[in-house]
Amino acid sequence: MELKIRWSRPAIVLVILVVLALVSIVCFMTLGSRGNWSFVIPFRGRKLLGLLLVAYSIAISTVLFQTVTNNRILTPSIMGFDALYVLVQTSIVFFFGPMMLTLIDPHFQFGMELVLMIGFSWILFYWLFLGEERSLHLLVLVGIVFGIFFRSLSNFMQRLLDPNAFQVLQDTLFASFSTIDSTLLGVAFAIAAIVTLVLWRMGHTFDVLTLGRAHAVNLGVNYKRTVVIILVMVSVLVAVSTALVGPITFFGLLVASLAHGLVGNSRHRYILPTAALLAVICLVGGQTLFERVFAFDTALSIIIEFMGGLVFIILVIRGAAR
Amino acid sequence: MIIASGIRKFYGENAVVDDVSISLPRGGITSIIGPNGAGKSTLLSIISRLLGMDAGSVVVDNLDISTTPSDVLARRLSILRQDNHMTARLTVHDLVSFGRYPYSKGRLTIEDKDHIDRSLDYLNLTELSHRFLDELSGGQRQRAFVAMVLCQDTDYVLLDEPLNNLDMKHAMGMMKLMQKAARELGKTFVLVLHDINFASWYSDHIVAMRDGKVVRQGSTEDIINPEALKAIYDMDINVHEIGGQRISLFYD
Repeated sequence: MELKIRWSRPAIVLVILVVLALVSIVCFMTLGSRGNWSFVIPFRGRKLLGLLLVAYSIAISTVLFQTVTNNRILTPSIMGFDALYVLVQTSIVFFFGPMMLTLIDPHFQFGMELVLMIGFSWILFYWLFLGEERSLHLLVLVGIVFGIFFRSLSNFMQRLLDPNAFQVLQDTLFASFSTIDSTLLGVAFAIAAIVTLVLWRMGHTFDVLTLGRAHAVNLGVNYKRTVVIILVMVSVLVAVSTALVGPITFFGLLVASLAHGLVGNSRHRYILPTAALLAVICLVGGQTLFERVFAFDTALSIIIEFMGGLVFIILVIRGAAR
Repeated sequence: MIIASGIRKFYGENAVVDDVSISLPRGGITSIIGPNGAGKSTLLSIISRLLGMDAGSVVVDNLDISTTPSDVLARRLSILRQDNHMTARLTVHDLVSFGRYPYSKGRLTIEDKDHIDRSLDYLNLTELSHRFLDELSGGQRQRAFVAMVLCQDTDYVLLDEPLNNLDMKHAMGMMKLMQKAARELGKTFVLVLHDINFASWYSDHIVAMRDGKVVRQGSTEDIINPEALKAIYDMDINVHEIGGQRISLFYD
């Protein structure tokens, strides 16, 4: 009997979450619409697609990042991934002027940012993970230092900008779920699909990687290659979500921790969908609640960050106590 | 046969393994003994490709470990280290199932399930198989990891201090299990051991290390005698023959 409960627990969780996610999606699409459906459906549909993409990217990237680094506290954004994105945006405005952001084709710009982020993460992680086993503390410190460095550099450049240029930049940098940049939706969707395909093909290594480097190597995983591919995919997903809504720090941590808690074991076939569904429920459900029920607007990112921050502090304290 | 030649490993200026060349015969139990910091674990990690070497080469049955794909080696040679801290939340059964990963890449066949059940049974873990690892004692956890490595069903099994955390009964059971697997299935075990009496009683071959070098190697008789032990451990150790086996007394 006990055995049966253990086996079905992740399944029950998944079914409940699917239902909740569908409810939030339906509510998001239908609640409070007073216009013509042929306008409402595509209009909200675009927004919905954006939210789904962001939820998916953040959830998957955070869970896999934690798998590869073998810890439950770090997330790509704590490690300064999205700070890099901000730096790239700021540099464009700083060196080429604010017109550049509006002039160059957003697809081209997004492509450039992707290449930069992949390149950077590849160098950083190649050095960090792959020479020999390095301590987690070193990894955290280097990541945080880089994050601070990127942020301060961006801040510095932003201060030197003239107010108009700054205004343009600021618009692109604020995390906002209401004003999703819909020009990039198509590209973002395609990229997320490719990333999913790549990850799907190597899905069997995820569980082995949770055992840690020594066990993974012992079991025949090509550790170097696998980890680099996963980390590059993670940085692509971070780029996708940051490009759509701007940097969000603690959201990934929130859904990844909740997913681990709900599922109760560490199997990725349960953890990954659970985290993604949780992210969808938080974003789509939360956005519906704020837009339709409370008629607020930008507050959702603040609430989510607040909750995520709390989870982070709890994790750090619990980790220290253990 | 595992042939290691000219292996060197430096941490900064210090050579932890200094020009070690050994060949470990196929079949039976080989124990590596020596004082703390002799480089035993490092050598084991290098042989099992967990740790890169600064010079030298390791060949396992004609496969050079630095050029052979990792998943091919994973079906030939397995390693269990001392420190098995785990962030993942897994049951004993889940952990042991990972031993089949080199063969089935996560999709367990009926044959895999047989292997898993047999390994659990060998180490008396069947009743604990649905407990989570963090709910086990140190010794039970150690047995679960050994079960995983056995489940990997490789010709060569490298174990770094496999008797850690085990009580006398389980320590003896573990050694007997290896002896049986070596005799009946032709497996080769390479162990790092600290208890020289366990090494003396169960090994077919002993390698002694000190300061990153192999100082002695040979049969039990060659190593377990006061002269050789003095050279290895730098202390006087009495050796007595009891029931045809050599037992060392080092209590003063």
